[in-house]
Amino acid sequence: MDLLLLSRLQFAATISFHYLYPPLSIGLAVMLVIFEALWLKTNNPLYHQLARFWTKVFALTFALGVATGLVMEFQFGTNWAAYSRYVGDVFGSALAAEGIFAFFLESGFLALLLFGWNKVSRGMHFFATCMVCLGAHFSAVWIVVANSWMQTPAGYHLVETTLGPRAEITHFWEMVFNPSSMERLLHTLCGAWQAGAFLVVSVSAYYLLKNRHVAFARTALKAGLTVALAAALVQLISGHASAAGVAQNQPAKLAAFEGLYETTSNAPLTLFGWVDESTETIRHSVAIPGLLSWLVHGDSRQPVRGLCEFPPEDRPPVQWSFQFYHGMVAIGVTLIAVAALGFLYFWKGSLFEHRWLLWVLVLSVLGPQLANQLGWFAAEVGRQPWLVYGLMRTSDGLSAVVPAEVVLTSLILFTLIYLLLFAVFVYLLNDKIQHGPDDTDLTPTGKLALPTRA
Amino acid sequence: MNFGSLDLHTTWFILIGVLFTGYAMLDGFDLGVGALHLFAKKDEDRRILLNTIGPVWDGNEVWLVTGGGALFAAFPYVYATVFSGFYLAFILLLVALIFRAVAIEFRSKQPMRWWRQLWDVGFAAGSILSSLLIGIAMGNIAWGIPLDVHGEFAGTFVGLLHPYALLLGVTTLALFMMHGAIYMVMKTAGELHDQIRGWIKNCMIFFIVCYAITTMATLLYVPHMAERVRTHPWLFGVVLVVILAIANIPREIHRGRDGRAFISSCLTMAALMALFGLEMYPHLVFSHPDPAHSLTIHNAASSPKTLGIMLTIALIGIPIVLTYTISIYWIFRGKVKLDKTSY
Ligand code: HDD
Ligand code: HEM
Ligand code: HEM
Repeated sequence: MDLLLLSRLQFAATISFHYLYPPLSIGLAVMLVIFEALWLKTNNPLYHQLARFWTKVFALTFALGVATGLVMEFQFGTNWAAYSRYVGDVFGSALAAEGIFAFFLESGFLALLLFGWNKVSRGMHFFATCMVCLGAHFSAVWIVVANSWMQTPAGYHLVETTLGPRAEITHFWEMVFNPSSMERLLHTLCGAWQAGAFLVVSVSAYYLLKNRHVAFARTALKAGLTVALAAALVQLISGHASAAGVAQNQPAKLAAFEGLYETTSNAPLTLFGWVDESTETIRHSVAIPGLLSWLVHGDSRQPVRGLCEFPPEDRPPVQWSFQFYHGMVAIGVTLIAVAALGFLYFWKGSLFEHRWLLWVLVLSVLGPQLANQLGWFAAEVGRQPWLVYGLMRTSDGLSAVVPAEVVLTSLILFTLIYLLLFAVFVYLLNDKIQHGPDDTDLTPTGKLALPTRA
Repeated sequence: MNFGSLDLHTTWFILIGVLFTGYAMLDGFDLGVGALHLFAKKDEDRRILLNTIGPVWDGNEVWLVTGGGALFAAFPYVYATVFSGFYLAFILLLVALIFRAVAIEFRSKQPMRWWRQLWDVGFAAGSILSSLLIGIAMGNIAWGIPLDVHGEFAGTFVGLLHPYALLLGVTTLALFMMHGAIYMVMKTAGELHDQIRGWIKNCMIFFIVCYAITTMATLLYVPHMAERVRTHPWLFGVVLVVILAIANIPREIHRGRDGRAFISSCLTMAALMALFGLEMYPHLVFSHPDPAHSLTIHNAASSPKTLGIMLTIALIGIPIVLTYTISIYWIFRGKVKLDKTSY
C-alpha cells in the first residue's frame, strides 16, 4: 500500500478515536457546572449527588481524551514532516497556545475537581469546575483555529528559507480570526454540548425505564434536555452559517457536499441521493428546487458554483463528501426533533408514561457522536486534495523518511490498542451506570457539609 | 559562542529547555513512581503510591505536550526532523505513555486481582519504557544523527540504538527512579515510608554509577559536547552543583528532611539539563558525521515575528500556569490518605 493512503488512514483513525472523548468532556463539563451551580444555589443534595456521579464519568472520558490526544500532538511531526516544516511558523503557535492556555488550566484544576471534594470549600470547588470547563473549551478554540487556518488560510505570506519554502505569520489576529474559524468553533462546540447533554439524557432515561434512582434521573433529565435542545437548535443555525462560509471560501467543497456539478441559478437542495461520479449526476435523489441558492445567497435566482468549474485534479471525492455531509445534517435535524419531543412531554409531565420515547432518548446518545464524526469527515475529505487549502497538496505534506511498511506497523499497533481501550472504556462506563449514584453523596460531609444551623 | 546577547532565538532555546526541564522534574517523579511501584506488594500500598501522583500526573504531562507544541512553533524543522526521523521510537513512546495514563485511571475501578495486576504491569511497563526512550532520544541528539542537506534524517531506526544512546536511556531511568523514590518517601507515612527509604539508597547507587559512566563516555567519545566544557572551564561549576546536589540527598534523607531531599533532587535535574543545554548551544540537533548539516537555533527557527508572538504568549501564560500549579501542589501537600475519591 502506498505511504499517502496509509498516513491518511492513520491520521483519520487516531483523530477519530480522539474525537470520541473531547466532545464528551466538553459537554459533561458544562453539565457539571450547571449541577454544581444549582447545588450552590438551592442546597438541594440531589444536585450534589448528580455532580459527584457525573464527575466520575467525566474522569473516565478525560483520561481517554488525554491518552489519545498525546498521539495527535506528535503526529504532525512523525507522519507529516514536510507539512510541519511548511506551516510550523503559523500552525505551531496555535498548538503551543493550546498547551499553555488550555491543557494546563484543565489538568491543573481537574485535580481539585476530582480529588478536592473534602479539601476545599464548596465555592472553591465550584470555581475549579468552572476552570476545567473553561480549559476544555479553550482546547477546542485553539485546535479549531489551527484547523480552520488549514481550511481558509489568512494572515500569512510565503517565504523562501535555506531549507525550503514556507508560510510565515504576518498578522496573528488575522490568522486566529481567519474567515472560517469562528463559525466552525461555535458549530464544533454545539456538537460537543450535545454530546454531553445527550449522554446525561440517555443514562437518565435508562434509569427511568428501569425504575431506578428515579428522583436523581428526573432532575438530570430536565437539565439534560434543556441543554440538548438549546444546543441542537444553535447547531442548525451555526451549521447554516458554516455552509454559507464554505460556499464562499471553498466553493469546490460545497459543490461536493451538495453533489452539484453544473453551475446553476435556482440550484436545488438535495435531501438525499446517490452520486454517480462517472456520469456526474445524482441518482434516486429528492431535491427542493431553488433552496440551495436561497440558503447560500438569500435569493433563489443567484447561481451556485458547481464542480464543473474546477479541474478534476482539484475536486474532492464527491460521493464521500456528499454522504458524510448529508448524514450529519440528517442526524442534526433528527436530534432537534428528539430533544423537542422529550422537552415537550417532560414539560407536560407525561414523558414517563411514554416508554417508546424514553427508549428513543436512551439511544439518542449515539446521534451526536455519529454526527460529530461525520461532520469532521465531511469537512476534511471535502478539503481534499488540499492539505492547506490552495497552498499545499496532501500528497506533498508527507514525511519523506518514513517508509510505508513502518506506517503500516504503527497503524496496526494503534488500531489494536484503540480497540482494546474502547472495549475497556465501554465496560467501565457501563459498570458505572449500572452501579448508579452513591446514596452517601446525598449527605455531603467534611468541608462540603451544609452550614449547620445552631 | 556568545551568551551575552539574548536574542529571540536564544530566548526560545532557553524556554524550550525550561519546558523540558519542567517536564523532567515533574513527570520524572511520576515515571519513577511507576517504575518502582511493583516493589510494593500489598494492594493498599500500591494504591497509596498511585495516589501520591494521582492529582498531579496529568498536569505534569502537559509540560511535555506544551514543550512539543512550543518546539513545533519555535523550531519547526527540529520538530519535523526529529519526530519523523525517530518515528518508531516516538510511536513506542506514545504507546508507553498511553498505557501509563489509562492504567492509572482504570486500575482501581474494579476489585478483581487479575484486573489490578494487569494495569499495575501496564503502569510499570509504560513508565519504564517512557523513561528509557526519553533518554535514548536525548542521547541521539547529543551524539548526533545523520542529516542530509535538507536537514532530513538519513539514518535507520536500529542506528539510533547505539551504546551511548542506550546508556543515556538507562541513566535517565535511574534518575527518574531516584527522583520518584524521594517523592514517594515525602508523600507516605509509617511502614511504607520506611520501606521506601531503602529503595532510595539502591536507586541512588544505580544512578551514581550510571552518571559516572555517562560522564566519562561523554568526555571520551562525544568530543563536540566535551569541547564546550574544555574551552569554558566555568562550566565545571555546573558540574559541581550537580555533584553537591546529589551528595546532599542522602544527608537530608538521613535527617528525615524528605522535602529538602526532593528539592535537591530537582536541583540535580535542573543542573543536568542546564549542562546539557550549555553543551549543545546553539545546536538543536547535531549532524553526525557531517556537522555542517546540523540544525541550529538559526537555521531551524520560525520567523522573528512568530518567535515574538510566542514570547508574548509565554509571558502571559507561564506566570498564570505557575501560580495555579503551585497552589494546587499546596492544596494537596502532606502525606497521602486514601478516601472515596482516590484511585
Ligand atoms: C452533534 C454534531 C453535529 C450536528 C448535529 C451537525 N453538525 Fe455540522 N459539523 C459538526 C458537528 C455537527 C462538527 C464535527 O463539529 C464539524 C466538523 C468540522 C467543524 O468545524 O465542525 C461540522 C462541520 C460542518 C460543516 C463543514 C464546515 C467546514 O467544512 O469547514 C457544515 C457546512 C456543517 N457542519 C453544517 C451542518 C448543518 C447544516 C447541520 C444541521 C443541523 C449540522 N451541521 C449538524
Ligand atoms: C489534530 C488535532 C488535535 C491535537 C493535536 C490534539 C492534542 C491533544 C492533546 C495533546 C491532549 C492531551 C492534553 C493533556 O495531556 O491534558 C488533548 C486532549 C484534549 N483535546 Fe485534543 N487534540 C486535537 C483535536 C481536538 C479537537 C478537534 C478537540 C475539540 C474540539 C480537542 C479537544 C480536546 C480536549 C477537550 C482535551 C482534554 C481531554 C479530554 O477532555 O478528553 N482536541 N488533545
Ligand atoms: C477531531 C476531529 C477530526 C476528525 C474526526 C478528523 C478527521 C480527519 C480525516 C477523516 C482525515 C482524512 C481525510 C482524508 O484523508 O481524506 C483527516 C485528515 C487530516 N486532518 Fe483532520 N479531523 C479532525 C480534526 C482535525 C484537526 C483539529 C486538525 C488540525 C489541527 C486536523 C488536521 C488534519 C490533517 C493534517 C490531516 C491529514 C492530511 C489529510 O488527509 O487531509 N484534523 N482528518
